[in-house]
Amino acid sequence: MLKIENLEAEIDGKAILKGLNIEVNAGEVHAIMGPNGAGKSTLANVIAGKEEYEVTGGNIELNGEDLNELAPEERAHNGVFLSFQYPVEIPGVSVTNFIKTAINETRKAKGLEDMPAKDMLKMIREKSELLEIDRKFLGRSLNEGFSGGEKKRNEIFQMAMLEPKLAILDETDSGLDIDALRIVANGVNKLKSKDNAVIVITHYQRLLDYIVPDFVHVLHDGKIVKTGDASLALELEAKGYDWIKQELV
Amino acid sequence: MELQDKLLSSYIAFEDNVDTDSSVHEVRSQALQNFEKVGFPTKKLEAWKYTSLNSVLKQDYSLFPAKVEAIELADVKQYFIHEIDSYKVVFINGKYSSFLSQTTHEHYDVCLMSSALSSPKYKETIDKYFNKVAKQDNLTSLNTAFATEGAYIHIPKNTVVKKPIQIINFITGAEAATMVQPRNLIIVGENAQVQIIERHQSLTSNAVLSNVVTEVFADKAANVDYYKIQDDEISASLVDNSYIEQKSNSVVSVHTFSFGGNITRNNLNFYQKGEHIDSILKGITITEGKQHVDHHTLVHHIEPNCESHQDYKGIYDERSTAVFNGKVIVEKEAQKTNAYQQNNNVLLSDKATINAKPQLEIFADDVKCSHGCTIGQLDDDALFYMQQRGIPEKQGKGLLMFAFANTVLESVKIPEVKQRITKLIANKLGVNIGFDL
Repeated sequence: MLKIENLEAEIDGKAILKGLNIEVNAGEVHAIMGPNGAGKSTLANVIAGKEEYEVTGGNIELNGEDLNELAPEERAHNGVFLSFQYPVEIPGVSVTNFIKTAINETRKAKGLEDMPAKDMLKMIREKSELLEIDRKFLGRSLNEGFSGGEKKRNEIFQMAMLEPKLAILDETDSGLDIDALRIVANGVNKLKSKDNAVIVITHYQRLLDYIVPDFVHVLHDGKIVKTGDASLALELEAKGYDWIKQELV
Repeated sequence: MELQDKLLSSYIAFEDNVDTDSSVHEVRSQALQNFEKVGFPTKKLEAWKYTSLNSVLKQDYSLFPAKVEAIELADVKQYFIHEIDSYKVVFINGKYSSFLSQTTHEHYDVCLMSSALSSPKYKETIDKYFNKVAKQDNLTSLNTAFATEGAYIHIPKNTVVKKPIQIINFITGAEAATMVQPRNLIIVGENAQVQIIERHQSLTSNAVLSNVVTEVFADKAANVDYYKIQDDEISASLVDNSYIEQKSNSVVSVHTFSFGGNITRNNLNFYQKGEHIDSILKGITITEGKQHVDHHTLVHHIEPNCESHQDYKGIYDERSTAVFNGKVIVEKEAQKTNAYQQNNNVLLSDKATINAKPQLEIFADDVKCSHGCTIGQLDDDALFYMQQRGIPEKQGKGLLMFAFANTVLESVKIPEVKQRITKLIANKLGVNIGFDL
């Protein structure tokens, strides 16, 4: 599904990704771990197409299509979803209206009519129940005054509504208490299928107790330096990252 | 000939058509003398520092269009809020159009200034109110000197006007540039309520200059809800001079939506003559090209325990320029005043300019006065967030701008007006908004 080869990217002239390779197939869950400043969030933003990051080398392909040529919204239309580490507050636009607009714009891009209001409401009801989201919450301005946990739950709610092919969860566990973590993880697990894939970016092993990865990658200094199965995450949790850095020397 | 000379020398011809023995004409003559003395405002005046009328005054305007031109309703229906039942006071080139209007004298007067000025029945009221709150400045004096026509609205005490009143001034001016000076007088009695929508609409690409004066008197506990829709042709300029006098417990709200036109200058003045008054001034301005919109507001807190709320949002693109000058005066006697002013601006282009100036003169010591002014760009992170969810950049920008203007939009009380403004904004921004915010 996603194939990244020798990816190099920089921001403000500073190289962050320095020849990164990863391949993610449908039905898989990949975890990307690594110390601060390794380039984890950069990778997420580069895949999603944030303009500030300049791709200076390598390829990103989604189902054979070169993502680099596409605007962020086109990537979204092709099934890329990024759950933001810091979801943006947009006062004046309600959660419901925002997600309606997002869904109908995506449908428009695919040559489809707007989703009938009845179907939309039904879907909103189902998905908000899945994420244990209060109905009142849906009428509030997007992320405005939301707690950290509410923001993250709202991200996964949007993911549930948009049904992406590739979901990237950027530090979705940060700022979550244990109950919220369970709800969010449960939501992600229910959305997982053989046709989609999930990349979980995290510092800590804790989220991976709930969302069990097929592969764990360690990102260090802009490259994937080690890949293993779920047990690698446990090892990292116990030993930290220094031993990997030493292995590299 | 300079416009000023042309106006002054046309006065004799003007006097041929009005009753020169009336008390109103005395007021006019004095105003003419005043205008003769002060002339048109120049950038040397502090109040006109950022707005130059030079290019507008250079035009060779036709001052007294000879006859009423007929307009087909179908051609201008779009300029009315036609989805609702309303009274309409419509003028074409400054002359009353009975065909497009729907007036009444039944429970209240929704009619014409010309008849109010000439009929003995109204003399007492006219003497009591005409030109009593209007300032004697340049352009108001000029309007007063030539005041003959406009809307005359008189709502007696304890009367609720169920239908909104639309005041619309069309300019056809097919052959020449046209200058008009509508004069509106609105008297709202004790405990009475009225909603008014005002619009100036050119139907030509020739230059138009409208110099309008509106006086509003809101008696005790009166409620006036006023909407100004400024979405004119790019060749049309407008100076809107509005003066509002409020008595105790009255609430007057004015929303100004400035999207179109060449140069638009709003002089919106509130005078609070009583206690427990609320004055509400709100505006959304969206400009592009070389448009210029200037909001000069004044709230004069004269007595204690009153409030004022100002909220102006502006979005400026290309080389357009704008001014917000919000003046609040709190007199020594006006203790316990609560005056709030908010002015937020977004510049979409490096070449666009906003001159924002809050001006607070506070002489009382026990008051709450707050003002906030921001100038910024659209939030790139918010835009990326929207794009990431599949909303195209242009649409996302539109949505952000809508959200930005929403605090003003949501206080519009007539749903059809709100809908229309939403549409006008969407058109202006070139986006589809698939829902009501």
